[in-house]
Amino acid sequence: MKDEILKLDSITKSFDNKKILDCLNLEIKRNEFITLLGPSGCGKSTTLRIIGGFEKPDEGRVLFEGKDITGLSPDKRNVNTVFQKYSLFPHMDVEENIAFGLKLKKKSPQYIKDKIKYALKLVNMDGYEKRKPVSLSGGQQQRVAIARAIVNEPEILLLDEPLGALDLKLRHDMQRELIKIKKEVGITFVYVTHDQEEALTMSDRIIVMNKGIIQQMGTSKSIYDEPQNAFVADFIGASNIIDGIMKRDRLVQIQNVPIPCVDVGFGKDELVDVVIRPEDLMIVKEQDGYLKGIVLSVIFKGAYYEIKVRVGEYEWSVQSVDPAVPGTLVGLTIHPDNIQIMHKPHSADAEVVKEDE
Amino acid sequence: MSKGVTVNKRSWLSAPYAVWIIGFTLIPMIVIFQYALTDKSGAFTLDNVGALLDPIHLKALVFSLEIAVGCTVICILLAYPLVLALKRLNLGRQGFAMFVLILPMWMNFILRILAWQMILSSNGILNLILQKLGMGSLNIANSGIAIMIGVVYDYFPYMVLPIYNAVMEIDEDVIEAAKDLGAGSVTVFGKIILPLSVPGLLSGIVMVFVPSMTSFVVSDILGGGKLQLIGNIIEQEFTKSANWHLGSGLSVSLMVFVLISMAFTMKNDAEGKGSAIW
Repeated sequence: MKDEILKLDSITKSFDNKKILDCLNLEIKRNEFITLLGPSGCGKSTTLRIIGGFEKPDEGRVLFEGKDITGLSPDKRNVNTVFQKYSLFPHMDVEENIAFGLKLKKKSPQYIKDKIKYALKLVNMDGYEKRKPVSLSGGQQQRVAIARAIVNEPEILLLDEPLGALDLKLRHDMQRELIKIKKEVGITFVYVTHDQEEALTMSDRIIVMNKGIIQQMGTSKSIYDEPQNAFVADFIGASNIIDGIMKRDRLVQIQNVPIPCVDVGFGKDELVDVVIRPEDLMIVKEQDGYLKGIVLSVIFKGAYYEIKVRVGEYEWSVQSVDPAVPGTLVGLTIHPDNIQIMHKPHSADAEVVKEDE
Repeated sequence: MSKGVTVNKRSWLSAPYAVWIIGFTLIPMIVIFQYALTDKSGAFTLDNVGALLDPIHLKALVFSLEIAVGCTVICILLAYPLVLALKRLNLGRQGFAMFVLILPMWMNFILRILAWQMILSSNGILNLILQKLGMGSLNIANSGIAIMIGVVYDYFPYMVLPIYNAVMEIDEDVIEAAKDLGAGSVTVFGKIILPLSVPGLLSGIVMVFVPSMTSFVVSDILGGGKLQLIGNIIEQEFTKSANWHLGSGLSVSLMVFVLISMAFTMKNDAEGKGSAIW
């Protein structure tokens, strides 16, 4: 395939006999914004470090445009990294930091000067050439780090939770800017984060990982709307995940109540996982709902109210624009479309997923 | 008001230190200065201080300078490879290696130098081994080389420890960032590790240069009494010649000389981080 730029082929990596990556296969397309998403310890950072050349896989190969680069050291790879802790050189000013890679490549002073000017403009930092990293804020340091990586014109830019240390507002601004920069320079971005909202906002494609295994890959929308297992559903946004029984096609029994759904092809009376997003549940009058329960708490979240409703032993999480009154009896109802039915995990891989819930 | 009282109460804790400073540093310094600036009759004179410029004293000073600079340079050249090798070890092994490095310092100083005398003397262990290997023998006993070996051996840990601390403080991410931008090992050392460890390097230089400049025991034992450092001459003025005035005068001018050379070193430390030792 011509537009495939990087391929990870059966990568396995262990630290201290603990398997971090287990036979990972991944293809990255040219000019793609791909995000590795998962909880800490899921192997996403290790994957990035293997692409960058900072770790060598125990088994498997890294192919860059079809060539095996598994054994190549970081300085010989045409990829650059933006680190979480910025990692600017503290003894150099902004200009020297950005020029570092270009000087090593023996570029002409005029070329370097032009590149610095261009890169600082790109990250909205013009005028900061002579500042030392310690005198910059976290967000500014990260902008310089991005500029420092981009001037080298890498084929792939690796970003290891680059916004993790910034506050929420700044993170949102930087997300928009990263998308803008990505469009401007037109290179492949491989982005690592544990923040699902960040992943959904920015990515062309998301790889959800857990325990060294890819759980699901796809576009933001497909991952959000159609999680393939309980782990993905739980990790991508808050969800209600509950046991159900498939009575027949298009009818699932939850908490002893048959509810119409749209899923077909399950066995009769098969035990399943049912995922229902909090924003898909509707609070109605007691007699109009499929499920009847008591309102436990109502928390105002700004754009919506987060309401907990107890039905039997289970606490449903509901997001609604209308408040409810704690202690009252209410009904819960849902559109058949918004019920996600998933097979209970059978394989060992999927079992791993369940443990982590 | 109450705050002032607590500060006063606390300040008593520093009393032992103040007594120490006044009794063992300040007063002796005043006495030394007084001896240095007077002759035997008690009259003021600058002869003792200026005596450093006598040819025989000047020769000893130059030789001391050679030993001190040589020792400092050799210690630096040995310390960096060691520190870089230590950096690759895991923490437990680093601790053990440091322990081995410091271990000789727990032995008596004179004893260590005497051991070197045994090793380096013409019938010593070194020549014994060389002869067994059929490589002839070396005649380095009572030479400048023997003194150099002695001071390097003695002061090496004082160079390693501050450099080790400074290098360990460098964020591993910063080193990885340099590699990521295309730097090989040599560039990483020259552009990142060396400049970022300058504070430790400067502390090391001060801690090695000053004592090796002023030492006299090492040259006494390993130099066979023939080679004189400025420290030996000062010592002799105090002991053999019993001329405390000249001894003090030379001490004071040596101190000024050392202060000037250190100030010169520190000037190169643009950030002023290394001046913590002052």
